[in-house]
Amino acid sequence: MLVAPLVTLLRPRGLAWAAATMASLLAFAIAIALTLGVLDGQKFSYLMGAWPAPYGIELGVDAFSALTLLIVTGASTLALLAGRHSVDTEIEPDRQPLFYAAWLLVLAGLVGIPVSADAFNIFVFMEISSLASYVLIAGGPDRRALPAVFKYLIMGTIGATFYLIGVGLIYLMTGTLNLADMELRIHEVADLKPILVAAAFITIGLALKAAMFPLHAWLPNAYTYAPNAVTVFLAACATKVALYLLLRFDFFVFQPNLVGHDVQFAYFLMPLAVLAILIGSGVALFERNLKRLLAYSSIAQIGYILLGASLVSLAGLTASVLHMFNHALAKGALFLAVAALATRCSGIRLENISGAARSMPWTMGAFVVAGLSLIGVPGTAGFVSKWYLISAALGEGLLGGVLVAVIVISSLMAVVYVWRVVEAAYFGEAPAGFASTREAPPALLAVTWAAALANVYFGLATSLPVTLSTSAAEQLLRHLP
Amino acid sequence: MELLGLYHYWVFAVLLMIGFYAVIAKPNLFKKLIGLSIFQSAVFLLYITMDKVEGGTAPILQDGVSDVLYSNPLPQVLILTAIVVGIATAALGLGIVVRIKEEYGSIEEDEIQEIDRQ
Repeated sequence: MLVAPLVTLLRPRGLAWAAATMASLLAFAIAIALTLGVLDGQKFSYLMGAWPAPYGIELGVDAFSALTLLIVTGASTLALLAGRHSVDTEIEPDRQPLFYAAWLLVLAGLVGIPVSADAFNIFVFMEISSLASYVLIAGGPDRRALPAVFKYLIMGTIGATFYLIGVGLIYLMTGTLNLADMELRIHEVADLKPILVAAAFITIGLALKAAMFPLHAWLPNAYTYAPNAVTVFLAACATKVALYLLLRFDFFVFQPNLVGHDVQFAYFLMPLAVLAILIGSGVALFERNLKRLLAYSSIAQIGYILLGASLVSLAGLTASVLHMFNHALAKGALFLAVAALATRCSGIRLENISGAARSMPWTMGAFVVAGLSLIGVPGTAGFVSKWYLISAALGEGLLGGVLVAVIVISSLMAVVYVWRVVEAAYFGEAPAGFASTREAPPALLAVTWAAALANVYFGLATSLPVTLSTSAAEQLLRHLP
Repeated sequence: MELLGLYHYWVFAVLLMIGFYAVIAKPNLFKKLIGLSIFQSAVFLLYITMDKVEGGTAPILQDGVSDVLYSNPLPQVLILTAIVVGIATAALGLGIVVRIKEEYGSIEEDEIQEIDRQ
């Protein structure tokens, strides 16, 4: 599964897209199979080279991993199926095989992370996916992508290096890199101070990768200036994987061992999450560039996920993991709609898309549906995760009341910024010379609508994501003393 | 003194901060990359200091020789991997700097922001 994407490098003809999509579909099918196997609480485990753990490198899949795998492979498949035309317009044909090769490397790296149960293996896959994604983002025609990707490279490498320092410190104290073994060995460690420092380094490193406020500065520019298909893929899953790692490390390795760590974790995360939600939504209100608007909205959504995690309760963690899934659906669909708009309109600022709804009704329709999911209207997937989040917050007393207010206010802000786009598209005057444009290319449109409808489907038939999320949350919490 | 005996950790911390300072404070993109490399070298040193056993030799098994003290080979292997990752990152970063120079004509961060603002 992981080797296949790496093998299909550099086809010299237009077959590159087909090969990439086949590999992605295969990965998606495997992810679905793993998820079905994990639903009844099983865990898969595989030892590389048959070296017994903890000496060997172990690969393991449980509910949380399976959900993350679904998100990653699903996002990649959707973006590839839809993105052929979009990529054709933005990247020269002779560079396309390299582009798709980089895409598959990102997929391989992102898939390797949820599957690894070994801390250093995770680092290697993390860097594989990050380096390849720098290539993807810089591949487009917009030259502003270059300083953006440089900043992302610097911040991402610092994040990965911090993670490496943390893992090194833990290895220094416990002598193991296997996550499960680490948890046991930390019990026996006499001096916990290096472990605390390691926890700090790992948290900050992963927070940099996950674009947690205030370490989010790389995200808006990187998402805005990347080629549109790349933004669909990365926005839906790159930060989710870092968040997955953050939660897994924290709950599996640190919380059972450091006294009072769960309280420290909550105190540290909660204000940052709230700030992320408010500031992310706030800046999105004033943005005129569609992609940057959605990028700031992503920062706010990451805040939601962290807010749920900082509540350290079953409901909170379930909401958190569920939102990872639902946000990937919603943002994926939204960015797909933007990619569709970009193929026909002169640009992606609000001025460029005004009046677009008249000639591209299906595209804007999909945007509206996905936007409703982002806001959290009942009947869509976004509503389910917000519901869980609010009910988790209500269980916290007075502080919970404040949190609920924050969530409601930010949802209202989401209404405003989605409305601005809708207003421009439906009620705006078409700019001169717009004349009659066709609807977006059919493949792109079909996948966009599939993603948008998936939002509604998972909003009404919630059993699959909720079961997985609850199972994941239970596993995360099981290790708490 | 216990403090001075831990000098290898001090070296690590000082290098880390030098590299980090260069990344943050220098406006020249190339100097930022050099700072990043220094930052990563500090981490490599941390790993290697932790595995050096005093009096230990290189961890290579030899036939017939059994009673030897070895340095721990695992962190050395980890660092090899990390160095390769560092090389790839530096190569990629330098490639991006070259492209930025082609597109913008400058590799000073403030000048690039100025050009973008217009």
